[in-house]
Amino acid sequence: MWVKLSINGEKHEADVEPRLLLVHLIRDVLRLTGTHIGCDTTHCGACTVLMDGRAVKSCTVFAVQARDKQIMTVEGLEQDSKLHPLQQGFMAEHGLQCGYCTPGMLMTSYAFLKKHPAPNEEDIRRAISGNLCRCTGYVNIVKAIQYAAATLRQGGS
Amino acid sequence: MALRTSPEVGGMGHSIKRKEDPRFIRGKGTYVDDVQLPGMLYLDIARSPFAHAKITRIGTSKALAIPGVLAVITGQDLAKYNLHWMPTLMSDTQMVLPVEKVMYQAQEVAAVLATSRYAAADGVAAVEVEYEPLPVVVDPKKALEPGAPVLRTDKKDKKDNHIWHWEWGDRAATDRAFTQADVIVKQDIYIPRIHVASIETCGCVAHFDKVNDKLTVWMTTQAPHAIRTVFALVAGHVGLAEHKIRIISPDIGGGFGGKVPVYPGYVIAVAASVLTGKPVKWIEDRMENLQADSFARDYHITAELAGKKDGTLTALRIKTLADHGYADAAANPSKFPAGLFHICTGSYDLKAAHVEVDGVYTNKPPGGIAYRCSFRVTEAVHTIERMVDLMAHQLAMDPADFRLKNFIKPEQFPYKSALGWEYDSGNYAGALQKAMDRIGYTELKREQAEKRKRGELMGIGISSFTEIVGAGPSKHFDILGLKMFDSCEIRIHPTGKAIARFGTKSQGQGHETTYAQILAEELGIPAADIQIEEGDTDTAPYGLGTYASRSTPTAGAAAAMAARKVRDKGRKIAAHLLEASENDLVWEPGKFSVKGAPAKFKTIQEIAFAAYTNHPQGMEAGLEAVSYYDPPNLTYPFGSYVCVVDIDKGTGEVKVRRFVAVDDCGNIINPMIVEGQIHGGLTMGFAPALLEEISYDEIGNIRGGSFIDYLVPTAVETPKWETDKTCTPSPHHPLGAKGVGESATVGAPAAIVNAVVDALWHLGVRHIDIPITPPKVWKLLREKGITE
Repeated sequence: MWVKLSINGEKHEADVEPRLLLVHLIRDVLRLTGTHIGCDTTHCGACTVLMDGRAVKSCTVFAVQARDKQIMTVEGLEQDSKLHPLQQGFMAEHGLQCGYCTPGMLMTSYAFLKKHPAPNEEDIRRAISGNLCRCTGYVNIVKAIQYAAATLRQGGS
Repeated sequence: MALRTSPEVGGMGHSIKRKEDPRFIRGKGTYVDDVQLPGMLYLDIARSPFAHAKITRIGTSKALAIPGVLAVITGQDLAKYNLHWMPTLMSDTQMVLPVEKVMYQAQEVAAVLATSRYAAADGVAAVEVEYEPLPVVVDPKKALEPGAPVLRTDKKDKKDNHIWHWEWGDRAATDRAFTQADVIVKQDIYIPRIHVASIETCGCVAHFDKVNDKLTVWMTTQAPHAIRTVFALVAGHVGLAEHKIRIISPDIGGGFGGKVPVYPGYVIAVAASVLTGKPVKWIEDRMENLQADSFARDYHITAELAGKKDGTLTALRIKTLADHGYADAAANPSKFPAGLFHICTGSYDLKAAHVEVDGVYTNKPPGGIAYRCSFRVTEAVHTIERMVDLMAHQLAMDPADFRLKNFIKPEQFPYKSALGWEYDSGNYAGALQKAMDRIGYTELKREQAEKRKRGELMGIGISSFTEIVGAGPSKHFDILGLKMFDSCEIRIHPTGKAIARFGTKSQGQGHETTYAQILAEELGIPAADIQIEEGDTDTAPYGLGTYASRSTPTAGAAAAMAARKVRDKGRKIAAHLLEASENDLVWEPGKFSVKGAPAKFKTIQEIAFAAYTNHPQGMEAGLEAVSYYDPPNLTYPFGSYVCVVDIDKGTGEVKVRRFVAVDDCGNIINPMIVEGQIHGGLTMGFAPALLEEISYDEIGNIRGGSFIDYLVPTAVETPKWETDKTCTPSPHHPLGAKGVGESATVGAPAAIVNAVVDALWHLGVRHIDIPITPPKVWKLLREKGITE
């Protein structure tokens, strides 16, 4: 099946099997390997991307469901060589260790902060509860998201 | 430890930002599944639904008819090359693919090679296997009963399911101490099977280049050099020589011990690539990862602790059944089948101890590896910390006072334990006191007493653990004969920048940052100017890899020693440049100056330039060094954790209200990274204490084989950790460091269990096995007549 979609603002098209998962389209066909696979069952969130602004787990979305949609992956966060405040926050607060869950965490947080610019800690913890991290114990991920929220509120891009 | 370098240089003690982060936060890391080669084939594996069954037929024709499927590989195919069995790291054997029978549910049965992931999966679904089920042995106690089905029928003369017996310590002295004891506590403790569940599963891309006869394998491995040697030893007879094997361990998405063993999938992928001459990718999915990769723990322990009426501990006696599944595929140092379990006397001055462990075969996946712990140290710590708490409660003594009374005292170090270890340094009372002060122990005790009057269930738990890491001294520590040293090779470029390579492999620990900081400390070259590389066996010096908190104690020490060799040569060059005597030069990080004339100096950068442009006559050019560091002893990090729990009488839920962790890992390289390691370690201590378990029903069906029922904690359940530290340097490590990656995982579960038992002691509860799930507590409360 023919799929046209936009990823990080760039138009792509591909002839795909109907059963092809969005994550495999992104990773294997379009070679954007920042989006990871950790469980295949929607539990770990390593594959989280934005579809028309909504955080979705791309291991449980068919590529054909993304037809004509705007997809954003971790590779789309940095704009004009400027890191997004979330990326800055994860580095500043040591919000990552092995880095495998990080792209999914960043995308979930991105969608969350768009709707909740001034979250408290409990809000943040709930928001990322669909994203598993085995390394950090979440402490510094929470701080990283708070860092980004504060930066964005102060008008950081 | 006082800072010796500026933040710009970024030596030890600076929380510099991680050098690996810029690629990870952009999604530009390279993990194994990101490797894509032209013409690459995909491997997927058909697995057994039975825990024990004879294979009567494997039908491949339907699979082979699927477009894109190129081959179905069975045990018979591998048997032609004698590759259907492989050795484990513990000198046992396990199947790569079975010829006669399967031994656990989810065991590999056949592998499908195809042109795409999807075709390979279709092929797996179409492989037809007929089985004849055999009696299943799940319980290791029953496995040892007379008449139990013998599982390892492949081993001639094997008449039972017993693997090995191991014992350590002075049995007679221990028995004597028990006969003389005023008080003895005895407890059965089961530490269940769990899985590291790193968020990246295991996999590889094997590429056999037929033109150059060279095999390159990108692989999720924590120990690339050892893997290369094992491959050469196992597959030498089919022409794979060690210089023709290159193992690349790229970015690794968490290891925790699960990426130490060689799994059958790797071997099949390599065989498939050698046979086809094409690159072959094998990536397991999460269920394969949880159901077939090596498990951790599964120790059935009976412990007894003896003491005097006044609360002085005297002796410890432990018997354990170790369930290894159908093969002992542990990743222990070869001389220690039960790992370092004999650290079980813990932080206490016990005069006698004896420990016995028996390894047992059952119809479960082979193992067991560590779960973020140094070779069975969590099992040891959990046992002693539970037993000490039990004794304190039994004697109606405060568990904190009881520990303070029995701790090894600072002046007793170096301390020879009853089981033969020489603890390097410690101040156990200091860490416990700090944790108690931080959490407000006295006030919490008062609160607990008041709540108990009102019928509320609140508990306070302590764990004062001693770890044993940094394996290890070559006299005792080897894996399949390979001594457990580790290495650093450093080259200083003419402009004073550097590259250093190591025999270890980071899986998130931040080696690219911390090793650069060690070199910055020792040489004064800014950490930012030092590139760190690991994980490519064609370029890095040989080493045994990263696990068991060994990287800082071994390779970190090697970095310091290599840097000191560079400095020694640098001194000669500086003397030449300054026209001074070597003995008249004083080193401070970054420069040699003339004693008494501080204005006369040469920086390390000037010295590096001279090493290539103006070196003394008779000296070799260049500035580089290599060190293979054989540690004189292990290191013994320690800490004290205090935990407060509230128990919901209606649901049985245990809520960790506060958790204070005071850790002592000696001198610290990067405080930010150390704290991050402790946060993660605490969470991997909390997880098995309250959530995670892999169990089996009576016919060997796995429970906990997916993230639906294997409960990795999310940000919501995970407590808000409070951390602090004391610093007692290791006297024998060149940097005074000890290692920290696993301390918290080792120490945390006992604090949580002790808190829960403390909350329920007055109801007659003496012990609860982990994981302490709400149903388990709810049932217990109902048995004790407690309702909401």
